[in-house]
Amino acid sequence: MSVTSEPASAPGLTGAPPSRRFTGVLVLLLRVLVAVAVPVATFSLLWWTFEFLRDENANRFIVVGVAIVVGVGGVFALYWGMNRAVDLFPARVRESVRPYVFVGPCLVILAVYLVYPVINTLLISFKDANSQTFVGLDNFKFVFTDSDMLRAIRNTAGWIILVPLAAVSIGLIYATLADRLRRGEGVAKSLIFLPLAISFAGASITWQLIYSYRPQGFGSNIGLLNGIMIGLGQEPVKWLELQPWNNLFLMVIMVWMQTGFAMVVLSAAIKAIPDEIIEAARIDGASEFQVFRRIMVPSILPTIVVVTTYMVINALKVFDIVFVQPASAETNGTVVVAERMIRWFFQLNHNGRAAAIAVVLFAAVIPVMVWNIRRFREEEAIR
Amino acid sequence: MSSATVEAPPKAQAHAPNGDELESAGRGGWFVRITIVLIVILWTIPTLGVLITSFRPEDAVNASGWWTVFAHPFRATEWTIENYRIALDQGGFGNAFLNSLAVTIPSTVIPITIAAFAAYAFSWMEFRGRYVLFVIVVGLLVVPLQMALIPILRLYTQGATLFGREIFPDLSLQGTFLGIWLAHAGFGLPLAVYLLRNYIGSLPSSIIESARMDGADHFTIFWRLVVPLSVPAIAAFTIFQFLWVWNDLLVAYVFLGGAGQNRVLTVALRELVGSRGENWHLLTSAAFISMALPLVVFFALQKYFVRGLTAGAVKG
Repeated sequence: MSVTSEPASAPGLTGAPPSRRFTGVLVLLLRVLVAVAVPVATFSLLWWTFEFLRDENANRFIVVGVAIVVGVGGVFALYWGMNRAVDLFPARVRESVRPYVFVGPCLVILAVYLVYPVINTLLISFKDANSQTFVGLDNFKFVFTDSDMLRAIRNTAGWIILVPLAAVSIGLIYATLADRLRRGEGVAKSLIFLPLAISFAGASITWQLIYSYRPQGFGSNIGLLNGIMIGLGQEPVKWLELQPWNNLFLMVIMVWMQTGFAMVVLSAAIKAIPDEIIEAARIDGASEFQVFRRIMVPSILPTIVVVTTYMVINALKVFDIVFVQPASAETNGTVVVAERMIRWFFQLNHNGRAAAIAVVLFAAVIPVMVWNIRRFREEEAIR
Repeated sequence: MSSATVEAPPKAQAHAPNGDELESAGRGGWFVRITIVLIVILWTIPTLGVLITSFRPEDAVNASGWWTVFAHPFRATEWTIENYRIALDQGGFGNAFLNSLAVTIPSTVIPITIAAFAAYAFSWMEFRGRYVLFVIVVGLLVVPLQMALIPILRLYTQGATLFGREIFPDLSLQGTFLGIWLAHAGFGLPLAVYLLRNYIGSLPSSIIESARMDGADHFTIFWRLVVPLSVPAIAAFTIFQFLWVWNDLLVAYVFLGGAGQNRVLTVALRELVGSRGENWHLLTSAAFISMALPLVVFFALQKYFVRGLTAGAVKG
């Protein structure tokens, strides 16, 4: 399929020169109108529902019911209505306006929820705590000099290296091995995937049962690790206060949650490797490890890169695991960048610093974004 | 997605239960099985701990580690469902559960619908700026969520002004379902458009062409042809977005607040950790209540999950 922009098939643009300019303007106007109309209509409908929801606070079942009906039916109905409306337009402009019914809402919502915030955050990051006066680069100076911030940057660097490394390696090994199981492959995979269905908040409670510590004389230890320590005749350990290893213990939680995702995607890639290649290598006397290293890994390398990137972005944004820990992240030295941002905005009430931290986060992701776009270009080329 | 796998043959061939399969399954034998069992045990232990603790009486939970139940698993005093009753009634978890539903279902359906229409347009309709707009959408994939929260929150509480003119009215969306639906829709759209466009764009063009020959318009093609064909990709993203919204703490905490009628499960859970950090019998049952629905959704749709996510990787 070609990627040429303006369609030769659009009937509106083949008219006589004088009417052409007029039609062009009209089409442009209609496009904008149509692109904005769907979100506005959606919004109004949802607004109406939402007023209702506010009234009916008492009966939760009705609220939930209405929410589901509106969410499921409403948006689709609006697209359908807009599409009908476009049919009423003169035939010459119809087909060049229609695409904007389809993409317009998406673009408008993205503009409000992602593009506008990026620009706005940039502005706020140069202002003071209440976003009143410009303070130049003070907030950025803070980001790169404050001791907790520096520690957070170091810790986050650890997260984005170690978590993807561990999750992808374990996922890869597991996917390779599970592929050879005669039966039970589905069950084996589901059990590893299971933690992905658990929230970060739930996961941190889950892991408290592993890491929990009680001093001697304050009841028996209910954390599994300390249970083992005592079983081995050792003193119980305050795992989550054991600097700097406590960072590692928190990373284990994320690895536990994300390995399943890596495993599932890599497993699908492994299954797509043509069997003949692997069989040929085996016949030529390659050992299983050589097959893995020389054939499998290179074949699925693109998938490995994609999964790893996804993990890196996730690790960069990690916040919940640290935030829900009962003990303070500052005193335990487990601060991370995203957690700092939330803390500065919601608890320490400094908009400027919080925004500056967000900008630094964004800047760290830009290389990934550039690479992503380049990859898309290459893809488009072979399409 | 991956250039190396483009020429991959259909999977059926690789997975037919022939002698070849049995032979390769035998390879590694015990080593494979032991490693897998070991990893499965490691991965299951934390969840098992929660499950067991949530069914133990308070005294027992505090007196001994959860693993001690294995010593006498059939003693009646070791088990109770009281914890769930307390968590649902007193902890307000019943209410929070319904709120989570009211947040999650529209927050999943709205972005999928919008993204499916956009993905179709990016794949099969021709218009000016198609390529550039799509690249921008993909680029937005990596905007950290955290960066968007502050401006959106201000938009919700103060509206927006540009050069002294109000360009976005103050709708006091803060603390409302509508506010969080649209926020989740906005944050979920880039990934949804990306995944769905990968899939919808790889549908055979002959099908679409012939439908057009028969006089079907774009809307009909989309609804009657493309959507049914894209069920795996749509289901994959449904799971993804559902799990993400259901398990989200950050967006819910920011837009719905930590207290009040509308708080969702994850927020309630966090409050519980803060206020009753040592009440393990309640924490674990609450945690399990919050896990229940995602697990059901996951197991119900999981066969689509892998197929849909990797659809772009093995283009047909």
